[in-house]
Amino acid sequence: MVLFAFFVSLVFAVLMRDDPKQQLKTGGMMLAGFVVAAYVLGWLMYPFPL
Amino acid sequence: MATKSTTAERAGAEPGRLALVCGLAWLIPGAGHLLQGRRQKGTVFLLALPLMFAIGLWLDGRLFPLEPSDPLVFLGAIANRGIGLPYFVARMMDAGLGTVTAASYEYGNTFLMTAGLLNFLVVLDAFDIAKGRK
Repeated sequence: MVLFAFFVSLVFAVLMRDDPKQQLKTGGMMLAGFVVAAYVLGWLMYPFPL
Repeated sequence: MATKSTTAERAGAEPGRLALVCGLAWLIPGAGHLLQGRRQKGTVFLLALPLMFAIGLWLDGRLFPLEPSDPLVFLGAIANRGIGLPYFVARMMDAGLGTVTAASYEYGNTFLMTAGLLNFLVVLDAFDIAKGRK
């Protein structure tokens, strides 16, 4: 999951920004957002059966 | 008058150049950017997207056939082909047959399809650069 989020964040950050520092910042924020969102959604779905 | 003919020449040459940039950008991830001097972006896409595709194959994902009777499979097939040359190399090597019973099957499918879809976005970005919008 984290690997997938890494690749998606990397590509989007490089597409959206031209400056490498900005790319790093944007990519990092996107990665953090993806991972946190995945954990939060996972726990929200936890009570519901398969 | 010189400006008009220059503009006309530019407009006439443009579709061919655009097609070349987009075609190359699709076939080789990042090539469209490299062709236009965006080396940092092109290199990242050249490395990241085929790697993502390779991880999808390693995770036992499947390269879907173009099956019009099954819309979701058809869309998955379109997404798979978005990566360009790595797709054809994988097919030649008989990779991407998919192991449905593998625990990582769906993860592999996701990696394979997303790599292709991200390359479509990269092609669009290369197109914008070629048009002078970026």
